[in-house]
Amino acid sequence: MRASYPPAALQLREEMAVRRARLLTCDSVLDLIGGTPLIRLRNLEPPGVELWAKCEFANPGGSVKDRPALQMIRDAEADGRLTRDRIIIDSTSGNTGVAYSLVGAALGYRVKLVMPANVSAARKQITAAYGTELVFSSELEGSDGAIRLVQKIVAADPDRYFYPDQYSNESNPRAHYLGTGAEIVAALGDRLTHFVAGVGTSGTVMGVGRRLKEHRRPDGGRVTVVAVEPDDALHGLEGLKHMASSIVPRIWRPAECVDQILPMPTEEAWEMTERLKEAEGLFVGHSAGANVAASVRVAQDLARRGERGCIATVLCDRGDRYFVPLRWETCYG
Amino acid sequence: MAQVRIPTPLRRLTHGQEVVQADASTVGELIAVLEQNYPGFKDRLLDEKGQVRRFINIFVGEEDIRYLQALDTPLQQGTEVSIVPAIAGG
Repeated sequence: MRASYPPAALQLREEMAVRRARLLTCDSVLDLIGGTPLIRLRNLEPPGVELWAKCEFANPGGSVKDRPALQMIRDAEADGRLTRDRIIIDSTSGNTGVAYSLVGAALGYRVKLVMPANVSAARKQITAAYGTELVFSSELEGSDGAIRLVQKIVAADPDRYFYPDQYSNESNPRAHYLGTGAEIVAALGDRLTHFVAGVGTSGTVMGVGRRLKEHRRPDGGRVTVVAVEPDDALHGLEGLKHMASSIVPRIWRPAECVDQILPMPTEEAWEMTERLKEAEGLFVGHSAGANVAASVRVAQDLARRGERGCIATVLCDRGDRYFVPLRWETCYG
Repeated sequence: MAQVRIPTPLRRLTHGQEVVQADASTVGELIAVLEQNYPGFKDRLLDEKGQVRRFINIFVGEEDIRYLQALDTPLQQGTEVSIVPAIAGG
Protein backbone atom coordinates (compact mmCIF):
# COMPACT_ATOMS: atom_id res chain seq x y z
CA MET A 1 0.00 0.00 0.00
CA ARG A 2 1.52 3.32 -1.03
CA ALA A 3 1.27 6.38 1.14
CA SER A 4 -1.09 9.09 -0.15
CA TYR A 5 -1.64 12.42 1.53
CA PRO A 6 -4.84 14.50 1.84
CA PRO A 7 -4.31 18.31 1.48
CA ALA A 8 -4.25 18.93 5.25
CA ALA A 9 -1.49 16.35 5.68
CA LEU A 10 0.51 17.94 2.88
CA GLN A 11 0.27 21.30 4.60
CA LEU A 12 1.42 19.71 7.86
CA ARG A 13 4.38 18.15 6.03
CA GLU A 14 5.40 21.56 4.72
CA GLU A 15 5.13 23.09 8.18
CA MET A 16 7.26 20.29 9.60
CA ALA A 17 9.89 20.80 6.90
CA VAL A 18 10.14 24.49 7.75
CA ARG A 19 10.36 23.73 11.47
CA ARG A 20 13.06 21.14 10.83
CA ALA A 21 15.02 23.54 8.65
CA ARG A 22 14.94 26.11 11.45
CA LEU A 23 16.47 23.55 13.84
CA LEU A 24 19.12 22.59 11.34
CA THR A 25 21.40 25.60 11.41
CA CYS A 26 24.83 24.60 12.63
CA ASP A 27 28.43 25.76 12.96
CA SER A 28 30.31 22.97 11.25
CA VAL A 29 29.78 20.12 8.84
CA LEU A 30 30.66 17.86 11.79
CA ASP A 31 27.44 18.93 13.53
CA LEU A 32 25.55 17.24 10.70
CA ILE A 33 26.94 13.83 11.62
CA GLY A 34 24.37 11.59 13.32
CA GLY A 35 20.74 12.34 14.10
CA THR A 36 19.75 10.59 10.89
CA PRO A 37 16.09 9.90 10.09
CA LEU A 38 14.43 6.51 10.40
CA ILE A 39 12.32 5.59 7.41
CA ARG A 40 9.54 3.02 7.49
CA LEU A 41 9.76 0.37 4.75
CA ARG A 42 6.03 -0.22 4.52
CA ASN A 43 6.07 -1.93 1.15
CA LEU A 44 8.39 -4.67 2.41
CA GLU A 45 6.53 -5.39 5.66
CA PRO A 46 4.60 -8.61 6.24
CA PRO A 47 1.39 -8.15 8.29
CA GLY A 48 1.95 -7.31 11.95
CA VAL A 49 5.62 -6.37 11.65
CA GLU A 50 7.05 -2.84 11.41
CA LEU A 51 10.27 -2.40 9.43
CA TRP A 52 12.38 0.71 9.99
CA ALA A 53 15.70 1.72 8.42
CA LYS A 54 18.14 4.31 9.70
CA CYS A 55 19.18 6.56 6.79
CA GLU A 56 22.92 6.66 7.41
CA PHE A 57 23.45 7.90 3.86
CA ALA A 58 22.12 11.21 5.21
CA ASN A 59 25.40 11.81 7.04
CA PRO A 60 27.45 14.53 5.30
CA GLY A 61 30.12 12.04 4.16
CA GLY A 62 27.34 9.92 2.68
CA SER A 63 27.72 6.87 4.92
CA VAL A 64 27.39 5.41 8.40
CA LYS A 65 31.18 5.68 8.73
CA ASP A 66 31.07 9.40 9.55
CA ARG A 67 30.03 8.47 13.07
CA PRO A 68 32.97 6.21 14.04
CA ALA A 69 35.52 8.38 12.19
CA LEU A 70 34.45 11.46 14.16
CA GLN A 71 34.32 9.58 17.46
CA MET A 72 37.76 7.98 16.97
CA ILE A 73 39.32 11.36 16.16
CA ARG A 74 37.54 13.27 18.96
CA ASP A 75 38.46 10.63 21.56
CA ALA A 76 42.09 10.61 20.42
CA GLU A 77 42.27 14.41 20.56
CA ALA A 78 40.84 14.32 24.07
CA ASP A 79 43.41 11.89 25.48
CA GLY A 80 46.38 13.19 23.52
CA ARG A 81 46.94 10.31 21.06
CA LEU A 82 46.23 12.69 18.17
CA THR A 83 48.32 15.85 18.02
CA ARG A 84 48.63 18.48 15.29
CA ASP A 85 51.93 17.13 13.97
CA ARG A 86 50.55 13.67 13.22
CA ILE A 87 48.98 12.36 10.04
CA ILE A 88 45.80 10.32 10.47
CA ILE A 89 46.32 6.98 8.71
CA ASP A 90 44.13 3.88 8.44
CA SER A 91 43.13 1.08 6.10
CA THR A 92 39.65 1.28 4.64
CA SER A 93 37.43 -0.20 1.98
CA GLY A 94 36.38 3.35 1.17
CA ASN A 95 33.56 4.78 3.26
CA THR A 96 35.64 5.20 6.41
CA GLY A 97 38.21 6.84 4.16
CA VAL A 98 35.68 9.39 2.94
CA ALA A 99 34.69 10.01 6.57
CA TYR A 100 38.29 10.48 7.77
CA SER A 101 38.91 12.82 4.84
CA LEU A 102 35.88 14.94 5.69
CA VAL A 103 36.56 15.08 9.44
CA GLY A 104 40.29 15.63 8.84
CA ALA A 105 39.59 18.53 6.46
CA ALA A 106 37.08 20.09 8.86
CA LEU A 107 39.50 19.90 11.80
CA GLY A 108 42.71 20.64 9.87
CA TYR A 109 44.45 17.25 10.00
CA ARG A 110 46.33 15.57 7.17
CA VAL A 111 44.94 12.15 6.20
CA LYS A 112 46.56 9.16 4.50
CA LEU A 113 44.62 6.02 3.56
CA VAL A 114 45.46 2.51 2.47
CA MET A 115 42.74 0.98 0.27
CA PRO A 116 42.60 -2.14 -1.89
CA ALA A 117 43.26 -1.06 -5.50
CA ASN A 118 39.79 -2.20 -6.56
CA VAL A 119 37.70 0.12 -4.34
CA SER A 120 35.14 2.02 -6.37
CA ALA A 121 36.41 4.93 -8.43
CA ALA A 122 33.89 7.20 -6.70
CA ARG A 123 35.53 6.61 -3.33
CA LYS A 124 39.05 7.13 -4.63
CA GLN A 125 37.92 10.40 -6.20
CA ILE A 126 36.02 11.72 -3.18
CA THR A 127 38.90 11.07 -0.77
CA ALA A 128 41.47 12.49 -3.19
CA ALA A 129 39.29 15.59 -3.68
CA TYR A 130 39.66 16.33 0.04
CA GLY A 131 43.44 16.31 -0.38
CA THR A 132 43.89 12.90 1.22
CA GLU A 133 46.96 10.87 0.23
CA LEU A 134 46.07 7.39 -1.08
CA VAL A 135 48.14 4.21 -1.02
CA PHE A 136 46.79 1.14 -2.79
CA SER A 137 47.17 -2.47 -1.65
CA SER A 138 46.67 -5.58 -3.78
CA GLU A 139 43.20 -5.97 -5.27
CA LEU A 140 43.47 -9.71 -4.70
CA GLU A 141 43.89 -9.43 -0.95
CA GLY A 142 40.89 -7.25 -0.11
CA SER A 143 40.69 -5.27 3.10
CA ASP A 144 43.02 -7.67 4.95
CA GLY A 145 45.79 -6.80 2.48
CA ALA A 146 45.16 -3.11 3.25
CA ILE A 147 45.34 -3.83 7.01
CA ARG A 148 48.72 -5.56 6.62
CA LEU A 149 50.09 -2.72 4.48
CA VAL A 150 49.00 0.08 6.83
CA GLN A 151 50.58 -1.76 9.78
CA LYS A 152 53.85 -1.93 7.84
CA ILE A 153 53.75 1.79 6.99
CA VAL A 154 53.02 2.78 10.60
CA ALA A 155 55.68 0.43 12.02
CA ALA A 156 58.32 2.06 9.80
CA ASP A 157 57.59 5.55 11.15
CA PRO A 158 55.37 5.34 14.25
CA ASP A 159 55.84 8.93 15.47
CA ARG A 160 54.62 10.38 12.21
CA TYR A 161 51.15 8.90 12.33
CA PHE A 162 48.02 8.58 14.39
CA TYR A 163 46.65 5.14 13.44
CA PRO A 164 43.07 4.86 14.79
CA ASP A 165 42.76 1.23 13.55
CA GLN A 166 38.99 1.13 13.09
CA TYR A 167 38.94 -2.66 13.54
CA SER A 168 40.39 -2.49 17.06
CA ASN A 169 39.29 0.95 18.28
CA GLU A 170 36.58 0.94 20.96
CA SER A 171 35.58 4.47 19.92
CA ASN A 172 34.12 2.88 16.78
CA PRO A 173 31.33 0.93 18.57
CA ARG A 174 31.12 3.77 21.11
CA ALA A 175 29.95 6.10 18.32
CA HIS A 176 27.03 3.76 17.77
CA TYR A 177 26.41 3.19 21.46
CA LEU A 178 26.18 6.93 22.09
CA GLY A 179 24.62 7.87 18.75
CA THR A 180 22.89 5.35 16.48
CA GLY A 181 21.66 3.08 19.29
CA ALA A 182 20.41 5.89 21.51
CA GLU A 183 18.66 7.50 18.53
CA ILE A 184 16.88 4.26 17.65
CA VAL A 185 15.67 3.83 21.24
CA ALA A 186 14.50 7.43 21.33
CA ALA A 187 12.53 7.02 18.09
CA LEU A 188 11.04 3.54 18.45
CA GLY A 189 11.23 3.09 22.22
CA ASP A 190 9.37 0.19 23.71
CA ARG A 191 7.98 -1.01 20.37
CA LEU A 192 11.42 -2.19 19.20
CA THR A 193 11.88 -5.98 19.17
CA HIS A 194 14.83 -6.55 16.79
CA PHE A 195 17.92 -4.83 15.45
CA VAL A 196 19.62 -6.17 12.32
CA ALA A 197 23.02 -5.05 10.95
CA GLY A 198 25.82 -6.37 8.79
CA VAL A 199 29.32 -6.91 10.09
CA GLY A 200 32.29 -5.11 8.54
CA THR A 201 34.41 -3.75 11.36
CA SER A 202 31.39 -4.78 13.50
CA GLY A 203 31.25 -1.29 15.06
CA THR A 204 27.57 -0.73 14.23
CA VAL A 205 26.20 -4.02 15.53
CA MET A 206 28.42 -4.04 18.64
CA GLY A 207 27.70 -0.43 19.62
CA VAL A 208 23.99 -0.37 18.83
CA GLY A 209 23.68 -3.90 20.24
CA ARG A 210 25.15 -2.90 23.61
CA ARG A 211 22.91 0.15 23.83
CA LEU A 212 19.78 -1.83 22.96
CA LYS A 213 20.62 -4.60 25.43
CA GLU A 214 20.41 -2.00 28.19
CA HIS A 215 16.86 -1.21 27.16
CA ARG A 216 14.12 -3.23 28.71
CA ARG A 217 10.56 -3.15 27.36
CA PRO A 218 7.68 -2.77 29.86
CA ASP A 219 6.83 -6.44 29.25
CA GLY A 220 10.36 -7.26 30.46
CA GLY A 221 11.52 -8.29 26.97
CA ARG A 222 14.83 -7.27 25.45
CA VAL A 223 15.72 -6.40 21.90
CA THR A 224 17.04 -9.31 19.80
CA VAL A 225 20.26 -8.37 17.97
CA VAL A 226 20.96 -10.05 14.61
CA ALA A 227 24.35 -9.70 12.88
CA VAL A 228 24.53 -10.31 9.12
CA GLU A 229 27.61 -11.67 7.41
CA PRO A 230 28.33 -12.90 3.87
CA ASP A 231 27.60 -16.62 3.50
CA ASP A 232 30.91 -17.34 1.75
CA ALA A 233 34.52 -16.17 1.72
CA LEU A 234 34.13 -15.14 -1.92
CA HIS A 235 31.22 -12.70 -1.92
CA GLY A 236 29.98 -9.47 -3.45
CA LEU A 237 28.86 -7.59 -0.36
CA GLU A 238 31.32 -4.75 -0.31
CA GLY A 239 31.81 -3.47 3.22
CA LEU A 240 30.86 -6.74 4.93
CA LYS A 241 33.28 -9.30 6.30
CA HIS A 242 33.16 -13.11 6.22
CA MET A 243 34.65 -13.64 9.65
CA ALA A 244 35.80 -17.25 9.28
CA SER A 245 38.12 -16.31 6.40
CA SER A 246 39.19 -12.81 7.54
CA ILE A 247 41.38 -11.07 10.07
CA VAL A 248 38.80 -10.88 12.87
CA PRO A 249 38.37 -7.30 14.21
CA ARG A 250 39.29 -6.99 17.88
CA ILE A 251 36.05 -5.08 18.57
CA TRP A 252 33.95 -8.05 17.31
CA ARG A 253 32.90 -9.80 20.50
CA PRO A 254 29.47 -11.18 19.57
CA ALA A 255 28.97 -13.00 22.88
CA GLU A 256 28.45 -9.58 24.52
CA CYS A 257 25.31 -8.56 22.64
CA VAL A 258 24.63 -10.54 19.45
CA ASP A 259 21.85 -13.15 19.64
CA GLN A 260 22.03 -14.51 16.12
CA ILE A 261 24.39 -14.45 13.14
CA LEU A 262 22.60 -14.63 9.81
CA PRO A 263 24.64 -15.74 6.75
CA MET A 264 23.53 -13.77 3.68
CA PRO A 265 23.99 -14.92 0.07
CA THR A 266 25.24 -12.16 -2.24
CA GLU A 267 22.44 -12.74 -4.76
CA GLU A 268 19.67 -12.29 -2.18
CA ALA A 269 21.21 -9.02 -0.96
CA TRP A 270 21.66 -7.73 -4.51
CA GLU A 271 18.05 -8.57 -5.36
CA MET A 272 16.86 -6.65 -2.29
CA THR A 273 19.02 -3.70 -3.33
CA GLU A 274 17.12 -3.67 -6.63
CA ARG A 275 13.77 -4.11 -4.91
CA LEU A 276 14.39 -1.18 -2.56
CA LYS A 277 14.54 1.15 -5.57
CA GLU A 278 11.23 -0.03 -6.96
CA ALA A 279 9.35 -0.62 -3.70
CA GLU A 280 10.57 2.31 -1.61
CA GLY A 281 12.39 4.71 -3.92
CA LEU A 282 15.65 4.09 -2.07
CA PHE A 283 18.84 3.69 -4.09
CA VAL A 284 21.35 2.23 -1.64
CA GLY A 285 24.55 0.17 -1.65
CA HIS A 286 24.71 -3.61 -1.41
CA SER A 287 25.51 -3.74 2.30
CA ALA A 288 22.27 -1.83 2.95
CA GLY A 289 20.55 -4.35 0.67
CA ALA A 290 21.98 -7.17 2.79
CA ASN A 291 20.69 -5.51 5.98
CA VAL A 292 17.19 -5.10 4.58
CA ALA A 293 17.13 -8.61 3.08
CA ALA A 294 18.05 -10.03 6.50
CA SER A 295 15.44 -7.83 8.21
CA VAL A 296 12.75 -9.03 5.80
CA ARG A 297 13.72 -12.63 6.62
CA VAL A 298 13.39 -11.94 10.36
CA ALA A 299 10.06 -10.16 9.71
CA GLN A 300 8.69 -13.07 7.69
CA ASP A 301 9.70 -15.55 10.41
CA LEU A 302 7.79 -13.47 12.97
CA ALA A 303 4.74 -13.19 10.69
CA ARG A 304 4.74 -16.96 10.06
CA ARG A 305 4.64 -17.58 13.78
CA GLY A 306 1.83 -15.06 14.11
CA GLU A 307 3.98 -12.74 16.25
CA ARG A 308 4.13 -8.97 16.07
CA GLY A 309 7.42 -7.16 15.81
CA CYS A 310 9.27 -3.93 15.17
CA ILE A 311 12.61 -4.27 13.41
CA ALA A 312 15.25 -1.59 12.92
CA THR A 313 18.15 -1.78 10.50
CA VAL A 314 20.68 0.50 8.82
CA LEU A 315 21.02 1.86 5.28
CA CYS A 316 24.81 2.24 5.24
CA ASP A 317 25.28 4.33 2.10
CA ARG A 318 23.77 5.27 -1.26
CA GLY A 319 24.08 3.32 -4.49
CA ASP A 320 25.73 6.15 -6.41
CA ARG A 321 28.90 5.65 -4.38
CA TYR A 322 29.57 2.63 -6.58
CA PHE A 323 29.33 4.45 -9.91
CA VAL A 324 32.25 4.61 -12.26
CA PRO A 325 32.81 8.30 -13.15
CA LEU A 326 32.03 9.31 -16.70
CA ARG A 327 34.90 10.26 -18.94
CA TRP A 328 34.13 13.97 -19.01
CA GLU A 329 33.75 14.34 -15.26
CA THR A 330 36.44 15.96 -13.14
CA CYS A 331 39.18 13.59 -12.02
CA TYR A 332 41.01 14.18 -8.76
CA GLY A 333 44.28 12.54 -7.79
CA MET B 1 49.80 -21.35 -20.47
CA ALA B 2 47.89 -18.54 -18.73
CA GLN B 3 49.01 -17.17 -15.37
CA VAL B 4 46.00 -16.97 -13.06
CA ARG B 5 46.14 -14.60 -10.06
CA ILE B 6 44.10 -16.08 -7.23
CA PRO B 7 42.34 -13.83 -4.64
CA THR B 8 42.83 -14.59 -0.93
CA PRO B 9 39.36 -16.16 -0.41
CA LEU B 10 40.07 -18.80 -3.09
CA ARG B 11 43.64 -19.63 -2.08
CA ARG B 12 42.49 -22.48 0.14
CA LEU B 13 41.44 -24.24 -3.07
CA THR B 14 44.92 -23.74 -4.56
CA HIS B 15 46.71 -24.85 -1.37
CA GLY B 16 47.79 -21.28 -0.69
CA GLN B 17 49.23 -20.55 -4.14
CA GLU B 18 48.81 -16.92 -5.26
CA VAL B 19 49.44 -17.67 -8.92
CA VAL B 20 48.64 -20.88 -10.77
CA GLN B 21 49.24 -21.89 -14.38
CA ALA B 22 46.57 -23.31 -16.65
CA ASP B 23 46.56 -24.37 -20.25
CA ALA B 24 43.44 -22.99 -21.96
CA SER B 25 42.50 -21.02 -25.06
CA THR B 26 39.48 -19.15 -23.61
CA VAL B 27 38.36 -17.94 -20.16
CA GLY B 28 35.57 -20.56 -20.17
CA GLU B 29 38.09 -23.32 -20.81
CA LEU B 30 40.35 -21.88 -18.16
CA ILE B 31 37.61 -22.18 -15.52
CA ALA B 32 37.05 -25.83 -16.55
CA VAL B 33 40.79 -26.52 -16.17
CA LEU B 34 40.87 -24.80 -12.77
CA GLU B 35 37.88 -26.88 -11.66
CA GLN B 36 39.68 -30.05 -12.72
CA ASN B 37 42.92 -29.15 -10.94
CA TYR B 38 41.37 -27.42 -7.92
CA PRO B 39 37.77 -28.63 -7.40
CA GLY B 40 35.39 -25.91 -6.15
CA PHE B 41 36.33 -23.13 -8.59
CA LYS B 42 33.40 -23.57 -10.96
CA ASP B 43 30.66 -23.18 -8.34
CA ARG B 44 32.34 -20.14 -6.90
CA LEU B 45 32.79 -18.34 -10.22
CA LEU B 46 29.76 -19.42 -12.27
CA ASP B 47 26.04 -19.38 -11.55
CA GLU B 48 23.64 -22.24 -12.25
CA LYS B 49 23.27 -21.06 -15.86
CA GLY B 50 27.01 -21.29 -16.38
CA GLN B 51 27.49 -17.50 -16.52
CA VAL B 52 30.06 -15.61 -14.46
CA ARG B 53 28.43 -14.58 -11.18
CA ARG B 54 27.49 -10.88 -11.15
CA PHE B 55 29.79 -10.07 -8.24
CA ILE B 56 32.86 -11.82 -9.63
CA ASN B 57 35.19 -9.76 -11.81
CA ILE B 58 37.56 -11.60 -14.11
CA PHE B 59 40.24 -9.56 -15.82
CA VAL B 60 42.32 -10.62 -18.82
CA GLY B 61 45.32 -8.36 -18.59
CA GLU B 62 43.76 -5.05 -17.52
CA GLU B 63 40.33 -5.60 -19.12
CA ASP B 64 37.18 -6.90 -17.44
CA ILE B 65 35.91 -9.82 -19.54
CA ARG B 66 32.41 -8.29 -19.44
CA TYR B 67 33.75 -5.71 -21.90
CA LEU B 68 35.55 -8.36 -23.96
CA GLN B 69 33.88 -11.60 -25.06
CA ALA B 70 32.91 -12.83 -21.58
CA LEU B 71 33.68 -16.55 -21.24
CA ASP B 72 34.67 -16.72 -24.92
CA THR B 73 37.47 -14.18 -24.42
CA PRO B 74 40.57 -15.74 -26.02
CA LEU B 75 43.77 -16.23 -24.03
CA GLN B 76 47.23 -15.80 -25.50
CA GLN B 77 50.31 -17.63 -24.30
CA GLY B 78 51.44 -16.12 -20.99
CA THR B 79 48.35 -13.90 -20.56
CA GLU B 80 47.67 -12.83 -17.00
CA VAL B 81 44.15 -13.55 -15.72
CA SER B 82 42.99 -12.04 -12.40
CA ILE B 83 39.97 -13.06 -10.35
CA VAL B 84 38.94 -10.03 -8.28
CA PRO B 85 36.22 -10.24 -5.64
CA ALA B 86 34.41 -7.43 -3.78
CA ILE B 87 36.08 -5.67 -0.91
CA ALA B 88 35.27 -6.74 2.60
CA GLY B 89 34.72 -4.73 5.68
CA GLY B 90 35.19 -1.14 6.81
